[in-house]
Amino acid sequence: MSTTEHSDHMDSDTGKLGMWLFLFTELFLFGGLFIVYAVMRSKYAGDFHHAALELNAFIGATNTVVLLVSSMTVAMSLTAIQRNQKSLAMGLIFITLILAGVFMVNKYFEWGHKIGLHLYPGSDVMKTLPHGEIMFFGLYYMMTGLHALHVIIGGILLTIVMLRINSGKINSQHYLLQENGALYWHLVDLIWIFLFPLLYLIT
Amino acid sequence: MNNTSTTVPLNYLNHKTGLWSWLSSTDHKRIGLLYLYSITTFFCVAAILGLLMRIEKFAPGPTIMTAQTYNAMFTIHGIIMIFIVVIPGLAAVFGNIFLPIMIGAKDVAFPKLNLFSWYVYITGALLGLYSQFANGHSPDTGWTFYVPYSAEASSNVVIALTAAFILGFASILTGLNFIVTIHKMRAPGMTWFRMPLFPWSLYATAWIQLLATPIVGITLLMVIAERTLQIGFFNPSLGGDPVLYQHLFWIYSHPAVYVMILPAMGVVTEIFPTFSQKPVFGYVPIVFSSLAIALVGYFVWGHHMFTSGMSYESRWFFSFLTFIVAIPSAIKVFNWLSTMYGGSVDLKPPLLYAISFIFLFTIGGFTGLTLGSLATNIQVHNTDFVVAHFHYIIFGGMGFGFFAGIHYWYPKIYGRMYNFKWANIAWAFVFTGFNVLYFPLFIIGIQGMPRRYFDYDPKFQTGQMISSVGAVILIIGLIGMISNLVYHVKRGAIAPANPWHGVTLEWQIPSPPPHENFDEVPVVTRGPYVFDNPVTK
Repeated sequence: MSTTEHSDHMDSDTGKLGMWLFLFTELFLFGGLFIVYAVMRSKYAGDFHHAALELNAFIGATNTVVLLVSSMTVAMSLTAIQRNQKSLAMGLIFITLILAGVFMVNKYFEWGHKIGLHLYPGSDVMKTLPHGEIMFFGLYYMMTGLHALHVIIGGILLTIVMLRINSGKINSQHYLLQENGALYWHLVDLIWIFLFPLLYLIT
Repeated sequence: MNNTSTTVPLNYLNHKTGLWSWLSSTDHKRIGLLYLYSITTFFCVAAILGLLMRIEKFAPGPTIMTAQTYNAMFTIHGIIMIFIVVIPGLAAVFGNIFLPIMIGAKDVAFPKLNLFSWYVYITGALLGLYSQFANGHSPDTGWTFYVPYSAEASSNVVIALTAAFILGFASILTGLNFIVTIHKMRAPGMTWFRMPLFPWSLYATAWIQLLATPIVGITLLMVIAERTLQIGFFNPSLGGDPVLYQHLFWIYSHPAVYVMILPAMGVVTEIFPTFSQKPVFGYVPIVFSSLAIALVGYFVWGHHMFTSGMSYESRWFFSFLTFIVAIPSAIKVFNWLSTMYGGSVDLKPPLLYAISFIFLFTIGGFTGLTLGSLATNIQVHNTDFVVAHFHYIIFGGMGFGFFAGIHYWYPKIYGRMYNFKWANIAWAFVFTGFNVLYFPLFIIGIQGMPRRYFDYDPKFQTGQMISSVGAVILIIGLIGMISNLVYHVKRGAIAPANPWHGVTLEWQIPSPPPHENFDEVPVVTRGPYVFDNPVTK
């Protein structure tokens, strides 16, 4: 019962189950926003159509590709550590972090452009817009803002993972933290996969 | 090594000493006690606020406070009692102390996360307290934070909302920990259906905590965004929808009622077999009724909003489901009564509280159906009837379940025994005071006394006065009960390992339990309620 091997095995299973449950709660957190989106979209279908045209689908699509590729690199990194290829694993996480940075820079220009047009909650321009458009931009900032926060948290988590690979704490035998970090990163990606069509594509 | 260590065996209370050894302990039992002490402290604060409100209502017109103070008081009372006391309540205290022991584990699955949860909890609790005093602008929205008022009020709503958000996070982490613990940490031979029923109730509770709390989290964040960033999700003047807020709020806050009551049901389900020396009646139905309450309880939130503006179809649907969710609760009541039937019933303080629980919970449950019926709901909506109903459920249910639990497990937790006579007298005061306090509110509620008013029509004065007298009796009883328990922590008679002749695992180890619960991992070979040598009276 108490041999080291056995308890380590238990720990890994247990840790992963905990992470999956935590991811459920994250989905429900965004779920609340999706409900509000659904209600408001059905209430103000026309306004949502007009407001969505303001968004730059090209930047959105670029960011989607960026996140999808980053999900791939983080998964590849996990396979690398399982095969004991330490520097490859670190390199792949580093690429993931770079891609996260690219995503955030795009987001910065996107938000910056809108704020430049005085399209932000409480602005003079916003007050003149029809209700549905105000609601669309409110949801846009709230949803992409909360998602961006998750990108930052995921980035910090993956940085810690990278440092631990470097120090040898994460290795081909013990990679629970990296597995959980990768799961979290996939969640960040998954939520974006829903945000992108809802905000950018459906007009 | 001092003298005591030679006479008293080492246990989780004395194997390390000093404040820091408590604040940094990842031992589930110590964390449970940290929760017990913080929850009790906050309970006393909010109970005193409740007493002050009752004194205010002793006579019509301003008595001891202004209307604004009264508004702040029922808000603070609600926030503390709901978010800080009863939602963590039984699960965080008894769940932490006894869940691992009852399933034969050394600790929860994530001991560090468990300690972290307590720190998150205490941060939220202190922030909640701070919101009451900062700048002298106590929140006055009621604990439900209904918009548009909560979006416009000049009081410290944002701080209170943040506190509730943080407390929700603590609740999620505790639920997550318990689910993984139950899945992964059961002792060899402890199959799902050999698990005692208190862990089962915690399992159902934990799923609600996990799946419902994020919804209120995001809702509170949206109100914060509304106040700070002028994003008007719920503000009609910006196109938002205030009724949508009520939906989102109750999607969490109704299941939260089951977060409060399910562990209390689990506690009394442990008490009835032990004090009847008889296997629990209908183990499997109790398990599935817990799960059914958790599942159906998720879909009844709309019954809080029958008068808010909903389609006829939704009202019909929510009313129907409200009646459905009463069925598993009733199954449990029948099972508890049948467990006692024909047993050798030993009317000790834990059983007194457990039987009171059935009585009060049944009244609360039936009046819940009055509220769940569409026609009667309109008559009693937002009256003192509602106040009486949910106090019968939350205080009469969860509160008395907690009192039953603390009297049941006290000898195990501290290795000492409290005074039975003292406990019985305190119970009589608590039980009488409770009914005198809340029952009149049903009557004046039906007569039309609105809730949350600091003043009232003189025709309600008789009921209000009786109710206020009840509050004083109740507080006297609570002081008696708490002082009995506190006094005997150090001075009570030494408790044996199994004072009540219980058969679940926690009674098979010394009182208080050793640091790691079990010297050897127990191997379970049979169900939880097998009484081989029942003690007959």
